[in-house]
Amino acid sequence: MKHTLRLTALALGLLASSAAMADKVRIAVIDPASGPFAAVAGNWFKTLQHAAETANAQKLAGEHTIEVTAFDNKGSVQESLILLRTAIDQGFRYIAQGGSSGVGAAIIDAVAKHNERNPGKEVIYLDTLNADPELTNAKCNFWHFRFSPNSDMLTEALTTEMARNKAVRKVYLLNQNYAFGQAVSRSTKDLLKRKRPDLQIVGDDLIALGQVKDFSPYIAKIKASGADTVSTSNWGPDLTLLLKAATDGDLKVNFYTYFANTFGVPLAITPASAGVLKNVIGFSPNNTGFPGGDFVASFKKRYNEDVILLGNHTTIVMLAEAIKRANSIEPIKVAYALEGMKPRILSGEAEMRATDHQLQAPLFVTTWAKVNGKDVRFDQNDMGYGWKVEQKIDAYVASQPTSCQMQRPPRP
Amino acid sequence: MVEYAVISLLNGLAYGLLLFMLSSGLTLTFSMMGVLNFAHASFYMFGAYFAYALASKIGFWPALVLAPLLVGVVGAGVERFGLRSLHRYGHIPELLLTYGLAYIMAEAVQLVWGRAPVPYAMPEGLQGPLFRIWTTNFPAFRAFMMLVALLMMGVTWLAITHTRVGLVIRAALTHPEMAEALGHNVPRVFMLVFGFGCALAGMAGVLGGLAFTTEPAMAHMVGGIIFVVVVIGGLGSLGGALLASVVLGVVQTFAVSMDYSLASLVGVAAPSPTSLLGVTIAQLAPVLPYLMLVLVLLLRPRGLFGTRDT
Repeated sequence: MKHTLRLTALALGLLASSAAMADKVRIAVIDPASGPFAAVAGNWFKTLQHAAETANAQKLAGEHTIEVTAFDNKGSVQESLILLRTAIDQGFRYIAQGGSSGVGAAIIDAVAKHNERNPGKEVIYLDTLNADPELTNAKCNFWHFRFSPNSDMLTEALTTEMARNKAVRKVYLLNQNYAFGQAVSRSTKDLLKRKRPDLQIVGDDLIALGQVKDFSPYIAKIKASGADTVSTSNWGPDLTLLLKAATDGDLKVNFYTYFANTFGVPLAITPASAGVLKNVIGFSPNNTGFPGGDFVASFKKRYNEDVILLGNHTTIVMLAEAIKRANSIEPIKVAYALEGMKPRILSGEAEMRATDHQLQAPLFVTTWAKVNGKDVRFDQNDMGYGWKVEQKIDAYVASQPTSCQMQRPPRP
Repeated sequence: MVEYAVISLLNGLAYGLLLFMLSSGLTLTFSMMGVLNFAHASFYMFGAYFAYALASKIGFWPALVLAPLLVGVVGAGVERFGLRSLHRYGHIPELLLTYGLAYIMAEAVQLVWGRAPVPYAMPEGLQGPLFRIWTTNFPAFRAFMMLVALLMMGVTWLAITHTRVGLVIRAALTHPEMAEALGHNVPRVFMLVFGFGCALAGMAGVLGGLAFTTEPAMAHMVGGIIFVVVVIGGLGSLGGALLASVVLGVVQTFAVSMDYSLASLVGVAAPSPTSLLGVTIAQLAPVLPYLMLVLVLLLRPRGLFGTRDT
């Protein structure tokens, strides 16, 4: 009886205190939920949602809770801006997006304008996955925070690994012919010239985005060039079909990729690629001492999908931590708490660099390998193969200088 | 260099024959109904998905036969319950029906099998190389694909030119009233031919889904190119479609290796690799089919072997 009374009193007390200060942080997630990229973006949204629910259960944001709501932008910039307006009108003060740097640039602009014109009603833009370096350089803005590596950081990590690997002598570059692919091709050439002057670039192809159905001519061309290594930033079908054609044509080279772990791509990877297909990513559950085993396993159980990119998870845990530190859900206070924060995320020690709001975190060079229960515990797409960590690249190695000149609002 | 040329020629032929498989059904139904079937590539997608679903239950080889038949049944259903009632209103409503159908079919596939690619795996017997040319393997599967395409062409051609059914079909195409007056069920002939055309696309899908990826976007990926094949070959001409497919396949394959810039073709130096004149032929490879389409339409509007003006 005494026990029950005490418990009731405790519960009432908790209820009273939480009623006083527990707030719900609502995040509007503006990414494709229909069209060709819906499956990919669906996986990101599920990661956000699962991370938010886990964070709430673990009270990572103190008494506050986080809730994510999907807004379907159909992959279009125009649509995204309309949705941003809608979300702000509905009272959302946290916006998340990550599916396209083009959309990202537009949201940075729109959020900056809104915040300038509506002091006291600012919104924060949480950039979960966009890869264009410009967003934290020329286009950088105080209200924008990027929680994943940009493409220059990935290229830096990848070329460091190539320079280290003495088996790499003749490199063939194959990228998609648009802003991202061109930038990767350019920076790979520059970085390799600096890091390994003896290395030869024997091919540099730009293919039309999503137009090539049969990659076997490219395989024949790569073979004729005598390349021992292919580096590609292709994604989606352009990567799947390339890998498939390489296996069919028995092309024996090292593959260095950026997106081979992304949604659906591993289905095209055959055992023949084990050991020669290398992918640079922000995290691998097979990293020794990986602290997110529970999260990855419960995600798999709930959705029967793999956690593919870390950015969504990092966004939620860092936001929760910032809310807890600021002890407020007011965007400006949370923004200042995020700036310069040095949390431990699932991939290791990280820092939200204050100068440009680009997350600095370790990167991993991984190899396609058979699950063995030791250094490859988690597979992908139930294939019995997963990503073995070959090399951990520390945050400072992949770090890039920034040209960001950030204007800051007065600290509250 | 010789190795490269031989392998590229084989690759070009294989790709060309797959294109032919895809477009032969389209050109057939066009010559019959006078309507371009916009949903043709969607039947190709259905073929791949049906084969994937069947192969996981009853194995690949039965699926190779059953999946195209199923697609043919769906196609016949579309003709019987959709196109037939629209026929008397002219070609535009029929065209619009197939146009809408393409979207419905894409959504249907996503509802049933999800939006992500499905793991449609190569059967044991077709894995691995068939033969080796110097250092390059030629996959057994590609050879099988070429074989099926040639068989399909042979059977179709024989059926149309050398059988009684073919005779009735040709009669119904050119003189429908006369054929009807002689007691032939012309609407049923239309339905069967449309179903057969769709089954051909389905067969291409069974193989194309293996060669490439089986995913909801696969119809969209081939949608454009098959119209190019049909128009260049000449609407309604099987032989034309075959020639156009093989030429397109080989041209596209070889174009990939040509790293000459447009500037060097006209004999000047390109100001920079990013300028318009610095664009290489390799980069233009995906546009070449459409370039050829425009040229053919300008010079010979009925296509290489067409009997009907476009």
